[in-house]
Amino acid sequence: MEIKKVSKLYGSRQVVDGVDLEISEGKLTALIGPNGAGKSTLLSMMSRLIDKDIGEIYLDGNEVKSWKQNELAKKLAILKQSNHVNLKLTIRELVAFGRFPHSKGRVTQKDSEMIDEALSHFGLTDIQDQLIDSLSGGQLQRAYIAMIFAQDTDYILLDEPLNNLDMNYAVQMMKILKDLVVYHGKTVIIVLHDINFAASYADEIIAMKDGKLFLHDDTEEVIKKEVLDRLYDMNIKVCEMEGKRFCLYFN
Amino acid sequence: MRKTILLITLLILTISSIFVGVQSISIMDVFDLDSNQSLILWSTRVPRTISLIIAGATASVCGLIMQHLTQNKFVSPTTAGTMDSARLGILVVMIFFPNASNINRSLIAFIFSFLGSLLFIQLINLLPHKNQVMVPLIGLMFGNIIGSVVTFFAYQFQLIQNMSSWLQGNFATVSRNGYELIYVSVPLLLIAYVYAYQFTLVGMGRDMASSLGLNYRLIQLFGLGIVAIASSVMLVTIGNLPFLGIVIPNLVSLYMGDQMKQTLWVTAGAGSAFLIFCDIISRVIIQPFEVPVSLVVGIIGSVIFIILLLKGGEK
Repeated sequence: MEIKKVSKLYGSRQVVDGVDLEISEGKLTALIGPNGAGKSTLLSMMSRLIDKDIGEIYLDGNEVKSWKQNELAKKLAILKQSNHVNLKLTIRELVAFGRFPHSKGRVTQKDSEMIDEALSHFGLTDIQDQLIDSLSGGQLQRAYIAMIFAQDTDYILLDEPLNNLDMNYAVQMMKILKDLVVYHGKTVIIVLHDINFAASYADEIIAMKDGKLFLHDDTEEVIKKEVLDRLYDMNIKVCEMEGKRFCLYFN
Repeated sequence: MRKTILLITLLILTISSIFVGVQSISIMDVFDLDSNQSLILWSTRVPRTISLIIAGATASVCGLIMQHLTQNKFVSPTTAGTMDSARLGILVVMIFFPNASNINRSLIAFIFSFLGSLLFIQLINLLPHKNQVMVPLIGLMFGNIIGSVVTFFAYQFQLIQNMSSWLQGNFATVSRNGYELIYVSVPLLLIAYVYAYQFTLVGMGRDMASSLGLNYRLIQLFGLGIVAIASSVMLVTIGNLPFLGIVIPNLVSLYMGDQMKQTLWVTAGAGSAFLIFCDIISRVIIQPFEVPVSLVVGIIGSVIFIILLLKGGEK
């Protein structure tokens, strides 16, 4: 996936400003940066949910605008931060929607298998008949991600998927995403607020600040004191333990 | 189980509807009717009952579709300006083409109601946050603005009485040769069923639906088209049935959820049963006279509506 000189204006404010990027296939890429850096906007433009004002985004050699909606949905899945679904659906019905691009609502044998797999992958099999409006935030988040999993796309874009998840589920979620990359060859692009999760799981990191691309490099090159201090305008300690880097920024 | 109960209720109500009325026809002598009874049975009772079944189903399914298209539980053709726009269309017909047939009337009403509902959808898209209460309020205001335009011109052209008869749903006038247009709704219901999965997806909101590969705008327009045709036909043949399109889908959703593929026929059946029930009341309450069924629907419907609102508020 290639992003070329993409910009987005909200009124006179430049939310995304001339971003040039190439997303590496088959990697887990984390998007980090302070609030209002334009991470979510960039993610939405990559998935065509919002229009870009300037620039081009190429997916498999074709501009995302020229993709047919349904073909795009088989290639790329996105989950945004807030999903105001106020329908009374069971978890299984929700996850089944992930198969819509493939089967147009007529659930086949293969679809059912994918749905079952998605449910068990995210520990939802036992509660699959519960209504989504009765779930806790964490359960609901997992149900949405299970839906994206069932969609079975090459690219998976997630906007802060760890929101509402406790530590245990957050770690599980990251492990599953890493699994998708390593064993299923997916390309996962994920907006993260906790840089420690990015440090532990991401292959590459895209850092954004004030709508501009700050740095795009391998994780080791980004998780450095001199980079992070300038990115977040604060004093961050980076230490190493068992071969992984950690950032301390609480005081 | 619930479906079976609903089906049996509908069947009982249908049979009662055929055999309840001023002229007594007993279910016992169905095979031995005199010519007068036979005339009444075939020229009014049966057409009336059939149109009740279709109208009840159509009104509630239209509401259901509108609720998914706007992601709001309290929107229906009566609270989204659809019905008022259709009335504006009928007013235009009355002024310019007073001798138009029912089909032409419906056609013009359809064009107006489609444009009216489209305008409504555009209006609520402008709302920064789709508040559950704001949307139907805006719909009501929008409908009332169009309604007052209709009243103004109806007054100018001395069509007030004529116009207000379009306001009230009434099945007393339904008889052979004159109600058949409502059959148009039957294929529309079938189409709605075919696209029920897509409508449910639209109900999940634009971003979610688009990322699952649905052409959101197209399905929204398509759904509005179905609702506009069905509502126009309903208005021309029967009249307005307030609250039906909100109360029935909400009640069904309470017990069966919101996956439209599962709930569409239940919603349709429940709508028919409810309307037949109201119609029987409207026929027996001041026998040998009748009150318009929209009055009964309005009273019972509004009570259920308030209960639903309060129940929703508890959550």
